[in-house]
Amino acid sequence: MEDKERKRSNSGILKMIYFFSLLFFCMIGYMIYFIGWQAPDLMGSPYNSRMEVFDRRFIRGAILSSDGQVLARTETEGDTEKRVYPYGSLFAHSVGYSTKGKTGLEAAANFYLMESNINPLRQLFRELTDRKSPGDNVVTTLDTGLQKAASDALGERAGAVICMEPSTGKILAMVSYPGFDPNSIREDWEELTDEKNVSGNLVNRATQGLYPPGSTFKTLIALEYFREHPTDWQDFRFQCKGAYVDEEDPKYVVHCYNGEVHGKEDLKSAYANSCNSAFAKLGTELDRERLRGLADSLLFNQDLPIQILSSRSRFKIDGSSGTWTMMQSAIGQGETMMSPLHSLLITSAIANGGVLHEPVLIQEVESADGHSVKSFGSGEERRLLSESEAEELKQFMRAVVSEGTASKLKSKSYEACGKTGSAEYQSRGKSKTDAWFTGFAPMQDPKLAVCVLVEDGETGGRTAAPIAKAVFDYWINR
Amino acid sequence: MVNLFSTVTKYLCILFIVLYSYCNFRILSLRREENARTLCGLQFQIILLIHLLFSAVILLKTEDPMLLLFYFAQLAFFLIYRFLFRRIYRNVNQLLLNNVCLFLCYGFIMLERLNLNKSLKQYVIAVAASFLSLLIPFLIDKIWDLAKYRLYFAGIGIFFLLLVFGIGVTSYGARMSLSIGGFSFQLSELVKISFVLSLSGFLYQARRFREILPAAAIAGAHILILVLCKDLGSALIFFLSFLVMLYIATNRSAYLFLGGIAMSFAAVLSYFLFQHVRTRFFAWKDPWADMSDRGYQITQSLFAIGTGGFFGLGLFQGLPNKIPIVEKDFIISAISEEMGAVTAICLTLLCLGCFMQMMMIATYMEFSFYKLAAVGLAMQYIAQVFLTIGGAVKFIPSTGVTLPFVSYGGSSLIASFFVFSLIQALYIIQGNEDEAEEEGEERESCERGGAAAFFQKAMRGQEMAAGTGKSDYGKESALSDYEDFDEEGEEDFEEEEGIGPEAEKRDLSGKEGRKKGGRNGR
Repeated sequence: MEDKERKRSNSGILKMIYFFSLLFFCMIGYMIYFIGWQAPDLMGSPYNSRMEVFDRRFIRGAILSSDGQVLARTETEGDTEKRVYPYGSLFAHSVGYSTKGKTGLEAAANFYLMESNINPLRQLFRELTDRKSPGDNVVTTLDTGLQKAASDALGERAGAVICMEPSTGKILAMVSYPGFDPNSIREDWEELTDEKNVSGNLVNRATQGLYPPGSTFKTLIALEYFREHPTDWQDFRFQCKGAYVDEEDPKYVVHCYNGEVHGKEDLKSAYANSCNSAFAKLGTELDRERLRGLADSLLFNQDLPIQILSSRSRFKIDGSSGTWTMMQSAIGQGETMMSPLHSLLITSAIANGGVLHEPVLIQEVESADGHSVKSFGSGEERRLLSESEAEELKQFMRAVVSEGTASKLKSKSYEACGKTGSAEYQSRGKSKTDAWFTGFAPMQDPKLAVCVLVEDGETGGRTAAPIAKAVFDYWINR
Repeated sequence: MVNLFSTVTKYLCILFIVLYSYCNFRILSLRREENARTLCGLQFQIILLIHLLFSAVILLKTEDPMLLLFYFAQLAFFLIYRFLFRRIYRNVNQLLLNNVCLFLCYGFIMLERLNLNKSLKQYVIAVAASFLSLLIPFLIDKIWDLAKYRLYFAGIGIFFLLLVFGIGVTSYGARMSLSIGGFSFQLSELVKISFVLSLSGFLYQARRFREILPAAAIAGAHILILVLCKDLGSALIFFLSFLVMLYIATNRSAYLFLGGIAMSFAAVLSYFLFQHVRTRFFAWKDPWADMSDRGYQITQSLFAIGTGGFFGLGLFQGLPNKIPIVEKDFIISAISEEMGAVTAICLTLLCLGCFMQMMMIATYMEFSFYKLAAVGLAMQYIAQVFLTIGGAVKFIPSTGVTLPFVSYGGSSLIASFFVFSLIQALYIIQGNEDEAEEEGEERESCERGGAAAFFQKAMRGQEMAAGTGKSDYGKESALSDYEDFDEEGEEDFEEEEGIGPEAEKRDLSGKEGRKKGGRNGR
């Protein structure tokens, strides 16, 4: 009897041993996963003061464009090291700087740049002779030609142009104006951060700038309308008289741009004409909670999945929002704020059949002697909308170009799709307009998605669309 | 030149600790005492080598000649402690002894690098506690029936905890220590031991539900006071050890199940009741969202581990002091940063190895009071290791407990020494008893007139004269016909995972098999 009991209690002990062994192996597995897979992306954080320790061991690696040009490199002369940016201000915001703190890719790829994967024997030999080893080089997804084309098209207007390959998530160009010269950031620092300087040179408008989305937000309203009327949205009809007056409270009036009268419209033509009246009416009819849910599922009110600094877009509608707020929000005015990157991500998901490839900026890490250390494929996939919804919205966006507000994008060599926006805002008592265009081309096989934002422009169609056209022309006809 | 030496040392020590860990698990699976003994000797040499290399790096980096003295003091401590333990108690478990030395070695080195004063303090306490703990096996042997003092243990435990609750000092949101004359004592560390002894006393004869009620009441009282002190990490460790002891005593897995549910409820409840639990939960869920405040400690720990990588930055090359309370709760992060994650992983595995060894000793105990005590102590040990390492690597929310023998902290160190000596005591006493039993049996077989058995006994005599040790191998080399039986016995043993009451029933050789398994601590 006693033996039996003993045996049983011993088998209990054995179970405990198995259980804790399993638990510990999970924990160790997690440690290995953390160090091998998670850490490289996290260690570059400015809160990690340990990276400075590496300065003593490695010469910071170079940052290269996808077409092999040097965007940043460290030059050594005797004991002094200098970070050189051959393209000056062209890549100022995306590549960033590493002299006054670290920004852009200099921060995001910090870990890789400060790690050396040259032949270990060579490295050991250098260590023994007290010489620094060359850090790894980081190849970005940025293309110098496209970056230049985008920058030239934007010219000297405050704003941003950002381009991405919808099928992979690769960011191909990222321009923000006004910028700065990272080569002389230390000398220019005072001036750039001076209180009187209101131009915001250091802000990366493409990812950190928040603007009212204007009519580009109508894409979300249309999508929400699809979802609430899955069978009969095509029956939507509206008679545009140039303005929409709320039936219950005539104080609430929304005008079409320039008071234009669009006449009889269905949902598609209202979208193509960017008809404020029709969409204001839609806004009053939509389910507020569901609209908020849709916006949240399309990355509003959250951190965007990108390695460099970005701002959260804001969408504040909830169950208690009033009629006026809804009318305003439906046409992208009011409290809604959005970054060009965010707009690009939604457009890119539509172009890619509803699936978003999260943006990637780093393509590959190479050792100084040229062999590949780590390759990054496409960005992680995330479905934002269904394939059929994406297809309908594509048709809508095509109509914007072929018969609507973005007629400037008509081209013989490709079919572009997109949406314009002209968001009004008050600045020092004056009414100004932010001009938006977000779109992709070619329609059947989207190779490039572009988002353009110009501060204080005319309209999206007149100011932003031509910039997008220049970018498409360069990339597709290259 | 110093850099070269430091780099070479880093890689060498990683190699050594991997080798040591390999030996550790090899020994756990070995059946032959002799081979195990050789490996244990090798292990100890590895410890001394690691200690020498790291101490040399520290010496070269700090250029403080006093540290040379400190090195020799530490070396002397390791040698004397091991020598005395083995000299006084013949049947000591060498694996546990080695592991204690290894953990202390890493603790000393890391503390010396982080904060010299603290390492000196730690050293003094280690010396005092270790020699005090040498007495424990002797005392246990003398008193043996500790079970009858179960009420006293419970009383002392509850009294101490109440004392902390009444006049304790609050630090990091929990009331955990008493401050007397400038020294602070974390009494809950010592209460852990009295807690286990008291519960074993109440549970070892408990069969019916009614009989486990007193144990449950005592456990409940301890845990309640700890919760009132907001010392939730300790409360969790106490509760876990109670639960598993209850399960082993009654063999009802329903208790584990119910306990698990109760624990989940308690976790949710504590989340709503305690601010610092919420803080730590958020810091665990997404530390990167708030790196400057709530997530500061854990992100610094992760930066240390991540930047150090698998092979570490080398001693004095990282910034482990950036982590708040690094020398206590996050010592493993500091080790991982400078000595490499491989080292940290090896240490984690070695802790698991210690736990296995303790549980094996539990299976080997005949007196079920001590079986339960061993299970309880082993559970507390492994829970503590899991909470501290898991917390540091963000596997679980951090709870603020120490890593036994490695972390800085007098109370923790003293308690750890006592726990390990208690386990040693059980191993030694059971070993001595088995030996006596065997001798009786052998005398019989001698009388039956086996020349071989006589030879075997003579061998044994030699061994004892040499003062090294154990009983059952003379036979293996001398008796070929016994050898076959031995193998059989061992196979049985393997099937039953070292438990073997059946083997015991069979015959002499079968019993030998069980013994050896137990001895080598499978």
